[in-house]
Amino acid sequence: MTHAKAIEVQSVSKHFGAYQALKSVSFHIASNEFFTMLGPSGCGKTTLLRMLAGFENPDTGSILLNGQEVVSIPPHKRRVNTVFQSYALFPHMTLEQNVAYGLENLGWEKGRIKNRVGEMLERVHMSAMATRKPTKLSGGQRQRIALARALAPEPEVLLLDEPLSALDLKLRQAMRDELRTLQRDTGITFVFVTHDQEEALDMSDRIAVLGGGEVQQIGTPTEIYEEPVNRFVADFVGETNFLDIEVLETLGGQATVRTPFGLDITVPAAGITAKGRATLSVRPEKINLGNQAQGITFEGRVTNKNYMGGYTHYTLDVAGTELRASRRNASREGDTIPLGATVPVGFVAGSARVLAV
Amino acid sequence: MTDSALNAPARLERAPRARLWHDLSFWGLLPSRLLMGFALILPIFIIAAVSVATRGAYGGFTWDFNLAGYSQILFNEGWTGELEFTPQYLLIIGRTFLLAGATTLICLLFAVPVAYFISRQPANRKAILVYLVTLPFWVSMILRVYAWMIILGKDGTLPSLLEQFGFPAGMSFMFNDGATLTAMVYTAMPLMVLPVFASIEKLDGTLIEASHDLYGDRWVTLRRVILPLTAPGLVAGAILVFVPALGAVLEPTLMGGGKQMMMGSLIQLQFGGGRNWPFGAAIAMTLMALVMLFLIDTALRAARREARP
Repeated sequence: MTHAKAIEVQSVSKHFGAYQALKSVSFHIASNEFFTMLGPSGCGKTTLLRMLAGFENPDTGSILLNGQEVVSIPPHKRRVNTVFQSYALFPHMTLEQNVAYGLENLGWEKGRIKNRVGEMLERVHMSAMATRKPTKLSGGQRQRIALARALAPEPEVLLLDEPLSALDLKLRQAMRDELRTLQRDTGITFVFVTHDQEEALDMSDRIAVLGGGEVQQIGTPTEIYEEPVNRFVADFVGETNFLDIEVLETLGGQATVRTPFGLDITVPAAGITAKGRATLSVRPEKINLGNQAQGITFEGRVTNKNYMGGYTHYTLDVAGTELRASRRNASREGDTIPLGATVPVGFVAGSARVLAV
Repeated sequence: MTDSALNAPARLERAPRARLWHDLSFWGLLPSRLLMGFALILPIFIIAAVSVATRGAYGGFTWDFNLAGYSQILFNEGWTGELEFTPQYLLIIGRTFLLAGATTLICLLFAVPVAYFISRQPANRKAILVYLVTLPFWVSMILRVYAWMIILGKDGTLPSLLEQFGFPAGMSFMFNDGATLTAMVYTAMPLMVLPVFASIEKLDGTLIEASHDLYGDRWVTLRRVILPLTAPGLVAGAILVFVPALGAVLEPTLMGGGKQMMMGSLIQLQFGGGRNWPFGAAIAMTLMALVMLFLIDTALRAARREARP
């Protein structure tokens, strides 16, 4: 992977009337990267994507594509293509014509267009339907054509606006793998927008978590999941337990904190320096029960159980505080802790994280 | 055998009900059938019959078969009964199609941007604007045409205004094809805006964005995405404007001064002052035949477009 910056977003802000969609956002996307903008609806991720495509202009700030300022450049002059959420295939054109559209506008010669269209349809396994129109295609087939159409002109950056949200679950999983493979094979920078944290964790090289018009955190999927920098990220990406704690002492990225169930523990606390009220985040799968309890251990009573097949989710009462734990059912007899039982509960200090309130 | 035995009672039961339904639909639809027959189809047959009747000496006609009405469109009968080709009525037919065609084109040119603008407005303003487009329908057409006479005529609004800017006094824009065309475009405009608006409104905005995204500039996007997808609305609007414009009477009579005739005013003249009903009817039948050719052609084109895979 080269480290050239395909896209630089510098202090970009945007208002829609009184509503501030983006508040001075800055980040960069490396060439050949699978970059995901993740966030709830209204977080500004789609606005950002539309700015990269050229459909919206920022109020302030600048956007650089391979080092070139593009804010004043209209969409049809940017070497960027989009896979739209609704696919936006031209209903009056055949699949071939749809894929050829961008190439024709770029002024490619006929023979070259024909070869490229054939090659792209082949790549997305749609050659057999080349002369059909898009109206009778299934969601997955439309998705493939939209991809072929956007990739055919060999863009510098491919933008994907929640392209999987309209597909059913099984197909979505298959398309994730296909998208990832396509990105590796073509080496084109992918910018993917989604509200589905699982998609983001699965596919991305790096993720930008957006919330309230700001970048909350940028990092690899592991960094985002294991080392969330604030409550918003910890809450939006994955499940977690939030405990109200009091920071007693901080030293070298660690903090000694008092938990609500009266135990003083030392846990990772990067960026926390102030003493006083804070939040401790512990993911349910990091909490071990029964004979697996290790690290910081205490006792809890099982108040609720949800058997999910591969996992069982437990709700625990620990001295008046509610904790959720999930446990993999490694064998048929895995799910043996009965409702109402009082069992040892534990987690390794390194898997928890202190966050600002 | 078991099969027919099982089906027999069902068939017995169904038969009277089907007959009842048939009777109901016959008697129920009878009033509208009668209305259609008497008010629409019968008059056409009468006009067709009159067009091949013989002109009476003092107006009216007699039921003697005669093609003089039709031959009069192309030929003039000399003193000695010989037929002499005369282009005067062909010219009227030609100018009628020319003016109707021009009306349609001008309406299209104005209606597309207007409809596009309305479709981009927020919902409540959209409703108000569509209502405003239909507003002229609530005022009698003859009054609206008179209003144009006040605007364009001698000492009218426009000449007076131009006078203020140093143009010579006493100008008039009335009694020519331009005035006729102005009034025709004005009366027909809502009929064009509404269907065009309906089809532009249905157009998915992301398709336009997709076209821009795929390196299509505005012109390419208009030609290759917007026009093909709104074509049904444009064709509907064109038919709604073109067909009535062919039969326009009021505009050429009032605005054109009645000297420059169109087929509509010619027909009216033959049934009125000209007292030549067979000739008027023959022109009416010719006009109808031409309109039907035009409509059939449009329908065939549409069918062919649909049939393409």
